[in-house]
Amino acid sequence: MIERLRNNEFLFFAFRNKRLRVGLFIVLFFLALTLVGPLLAKYDPSEYAAYGSHPPSAEYWFGTTTFGQDVFSQFVLGLRATFLVGMIGGGLGTLIGVVVGFTAGYNGGIIDEVLNILTNIVLVIPTLAILLIIAAYLNVRGIVAESIFIGCTAWPWAARAIRAQTFSLRTREFVDLSKLSGMKSGKIIFTEIAPNMMSYLVMTFILQFGGAILNAATLDFIGLGPTSTISLGLMMQYSVLWGALQLGQWWWFMPPGIAITAIVGAMYIMNVGLDEVFNPKLREM
Amino acid sequence: MRRYFGRKFLIYGLTFFLAVTVDWLIPRFMPGDPISNILSRSLLNAEGAQQMYDYYERVFGLDLPVWQQYLNFWGSLLHGDLGISAYLFPQPVTRVIWRAVPYDAFLLLPSILLSWWAGNKFGAYAARTKRLDNTILPIGYILTATPYMWLGILLAWIFGIVLGIFPIAGAYSYSMQPHLSWLFIKDVILHWFLPFASLFLVGFGGWAIGMRNMIIYELEADYSHYLEALGAPRSLIRKYAFRNAILPQLTGLALQLGVIVAGALVTEVVFSYPGIGYLLLSAIQNQDYFLIQGCFLFIIIGILIANFAIDIAYVIVDPRTRMGMLGDSS
Repeated sequence: MIERLRNNEFLFFAFRNKRLRVGLFIVLFFLALTLVGPLLAKYDPSEYAAYGSHPPSAEYWFGTTTFGQDVFSQFVLGLRATFLVGMIGGGLGTLIGVVVGFTAGYNGGIIDEVLNILTNIVLVIPTLAILLIIAAYLNVRGIVAESIFIGCTAWPWAARAIRAQTFSLRTREFVDLSKLSGMKSGKIIFTEIAPNMMSYLVMTFILQFGGAILNAATLDFIGLGPTSTISLGLMMQYSVLWGALQLGQWWWFMPPGIAITAIVGAMYIMNVGLDEVFNPKLREM
Repeated sequence: MRRYFGRKFLIYGLTFFLAVTVDWLIPRFMPGDPISNILSRSLLNAEGAQQMYDYYERVFGLDLPVWQQYLNFWGSLLHGDLGISAYLFPQPVTRVIWRAVPYDAFLLLPSILLSWWAGNKFGAYAARTKRLDNTILPIGYILTATPYMWLGILLAWIFGIVLGIFPIAGAYSYSMQPHLSWLFIKDVILHWFLPFASLFLVGFGGWAIGMRNMIIYELEADYSHYLEALGAPRSLIRKYAFRNAILPQLTGLALQLGVIVAGALVTEVVFSYPGIGYLLLSAIQNQDYFLIQGCFLFIIIGILIANFAIDIAYVIVDPRTRMGMLGDSS
């Protein structure tokens, strides 16, 4: 009963929060486009559908590339890649961050010290430099592999933040009580500590999601993205490589950038909205 | 304070050691070995190819045991010898990189420092000012969510192609030779402005939002309410809030360095700006392992130095580190 009341209060403030609503709407819009888009696309993304470059028209909604490929078809497929990278990369980054953060924060002592040093090292080495090297190793790359690399290098700040939270929670009375009653560490972490920072974990995931998308776009742009399929970053790379700027083919490089900016921006705005929902102090009355 | 720096140095030392090891691994784990790449360009019969292979193996020191190769790598590294670039043969990698470093410094330092300073000031000003919060902060979110290269492409297209105000390629006009004159300086600044602006804008959005959120947290803290209850003027409370909020922002700067460097890399690619990023891309495209190694190493060293500078700044800003009260939270 009490649990339900709590949920209702949360939902009440969640729906009232304008930032959360706007962000969620934008993300869902692009998600819908990802799901419905391929049905609307008339051409194969790599198919040479027209002779040369055309501006947007009824036939080619987003115009065509220099080679006559349909930009809209590429765009919807690229969107799918973007969401996939966000889910897998962001999810993995959060997961590693959670595991490292909980382990370090809960145990303290030497384990904390070692994990802390590890986190700091991964923090200092620029992610992109590592990704560059890994990506250059593999001649054939898929989106899933790319997402896994991104996730494996994006976790440090999450681990640090979660560690700090765990650190402050583990000295509370209810944790001491569970320890006295003989609960195992793993169970204490998942049943006593984790629920108290659920909001924090959700927000971490959202930020990791956005970060993974931006990372992937950067990697794709320097030509180290997936080799077998199209992504939004690759579209930008091709457009710059084939002189879309100089030729004024704005329809080629505008959609991918707008989509990435909108999705990641909406994620960030959702994050602020959630913060306000979870933290009563921040609500503007 | 000694403990603080001791820890930092330990971490930096370990990081440097690991980074150099990874760096050493690059050519050894790449698909296809560099020697075969060189040999595949020349037409040789099998016997001749084997002889050439042995020759190159000796030249590059690849016939030694692995541990010896590793130690040799450290040895030549400490002598500042990073090998010869294959892509810009026969120039030494160190010289190629030194030529690119000034452009990076020229681009990165102003954009990082200015965006951090301006973003913090603006974010602190916008926090809890309803009108600004609702109109201008969404812009901040959009800016910080923009991929660096796309903002670069956008600015290049609008200001370079459509309006034709700024040039969009290179560090100076190809028709000019570097020399000291107003004409040349003006040219360099014109070429610098758009890459700078795209780096600045993305950074600015992020810092403004971060600061705004921090200030709101600080204004809800007990000391703020206490000051308020004492009847302190609003500007004074905000001043204290700002001083407290600047610390996480400083840590944030250290955390963001890798992202900013990556951003600079792609921005340089968009504008063909001859910094390390542009060099690295050419090195990857031409499979020039020594140059890739060199660029990677320089990026690491740059980031370590920047991190160290931030640590010093932290000691200056935060008295607790000076007193040794802050062990591990920073």
